[in-house]
Amino acid sequence: MRLSCRLSKVDSCGILGNRSRADGPLNWVGTMRRYSAFAIAKEAFRDHTGWARAWGNPEPKRKYDVIIIGAGGHGLATAYYLGKNHGVRNVAILEKGWLGGGNTGRNTTIIRSNYLQDPSAAIYEKARALYEDLSQDLNYNVMFSPRGVMMLAQTEHEIRGYKRTAHANALQGVATEYIGPERVKQLCPIIEVRGPRYPVLGALWQPRGGTARHDAVAWGYARKCSEMGMDVIQKCEVTGIRQVDGKVQGVTTTRGEIDCDKLGIVVAGHSGHVADMAGFRLPVESVALQALVSEPIKPCMDVVVMANTVHGYMSQSDKGEMVIGGGADGFNNFTQRGSFHHIEETVRALIETFPMISRLKMLRQWGGIVDMTGDRSPIISKTPLENCFINCGWGTGGFKAIPGSGWATAELIAKGEPGPLAAEFGLDRFREGRFIDESVAAGVAH
Amino acid sequence: MLILRCPYCGVDCDETELTPGGEAHLTRHGPESSDADFEAYLFQRENPKGVHFERWRHAYGCGKWFHAARHTVTLEVFGTYPAQVLEPPKAIKNAISAKVPGWSWRAFS
Repeated sequence: MRLSCRLSKVDSCGILGNRSRADGPLNWVGTMRRYSAFAIAKEAFRDHTGWARAWGNPEPKRKYDVIIIGAGGHGLATAYYLGKNHGVRNVAILEKGWLGGGNTGRNTTIIRSNYLQDPSAAIYEKARALYEDLSQDLNYNVMFSPRGVMMLAQTEHEIRGYKRTAHANALQGVATEYIGPERVKQLCPIIEVRGPRYPVLGALWQPRGGTARHDAVAWGYARKCSEMGMDVIQKCEVTGIRQVDGKVQGVTTTRGEIDCDKLGIVVAGHSGHVADMAGFRLPVESVALQALVSEPIKPCMDVVVMANTVHGYMSQSDKGEMVIGGGADGFNNFTQRGSFHHIEETVRALIETFPMISRLKMLRQWGGIVDMTGDRSPIISKTPLENCFINCGWGTGGFKAIPGSGWATAELIAKGEPGPLAAEFGLDRFREGRFIDESVAAGVAH
Repeated sequence: MLILRCPYCGVDCDETELTPGGEAHLTRHGPESSDADFEAYLFQRENPKGVHFERWRHAYGCGKWFHAARHTVTLEVFGTYPAQVLEPPKAIKNAISAKVPGWSWRAFS
């Protein structure tokens, strides 16, 4: 117990250090310690005073090969795979707040890939597969827990929809199955399957779906990016995008002008805002999506349950809190809190499905600003501005996609053309009517 | 909770009484239009971090569509007005200009 407390302290060292200290550029390459049980044991002998900070806190250079705007999960993953897969390491990741402080730290950490459409299944399954050994790859414990995800069918329509998805997943090579209410009850005994208002008629079950520690995903990527010599620059807001003859030259930031050959915009809810600086519009609207957690209780549920008809999904964190996600606001806003009636709606429905949570106290509630596209599928694309690329539109389901999204976006930025994973997610699909329609296929919650 | 006044009934409505309808003042391009115009009408949105004009329907009331001018960061409502207009009335524009310095109608280029 003592050991694990210490560990979590070490984990948060990097971010706290970065927030409070603003020392000059340090050479982080080659100074990175490998995290291991041996290293912990060794450090224990000197009361854990020997741990270095997890990533650097550099001043921006005058010019980079690639600048990524946004140091959330997707931005950092893009930078990481640029370095790892394509050898592009003169990279800066600019973040207006602190690392992973946007939607990466605000989601309900669900990972799954049971999508209907082929392009979605491909990229989400790539992401889920990368999550499997992400801790080893990053040498950072992201606590991936493939505990299984079930999406409840509570109407006849959903039964047909999920059976169809299960068949599609079989063809796509994604391991899912349609299960009946008895199996649902067996996997999650605290569930009330009989209704009456929201009976559980079955579920789409993905045994290798699950959860991960969301902050650790951002921190792990940041640490590796720093190790590769990239500059993760926090508290550096982009205020303008400079261009000459339709080609990107660099960005204006609160910490000065920075030039770049290529620019990646990976800013989720603020995509429209940044695209406006670059001079183009996006088929995106930003709304608040909410989540809340209860007081911690003893382990009672070891799967993730999503109930899309009633706009609610729930899992239990390692600390014992019930993590609950609800619906998105219907109107544009940037408030990061969301409308109260959505919580009421979510909790009302979940109490019927999980009667035992009815007397739980809720500890915290918050919102994240998600960027919704017309077909509820993401955009990984070239833009009207040359050498400027965008990754956005993950809407209510970005966390699960982080590694796959980074992988695909890195390929797009490195080669200038999308690879097979990103090809279908271009901006031109809206003009061509070539939608990847998950709004119908996936219900509400992503 | 967001409270908007329905310009037809004059009732102050809770958000739960209304249905949001997205960005207002879109130009509705029809079948003969170019692909770019049609795409802009169907999908491309201003999505501003600031003043937003939007459509709402008084669903559990008179059932009519109206427009609202609202700030997407502060949620401040500058006013509501009937939907039968091509741009916001002068009173609404003045109310916004008084609160948001430098704001102008259709500033997005």
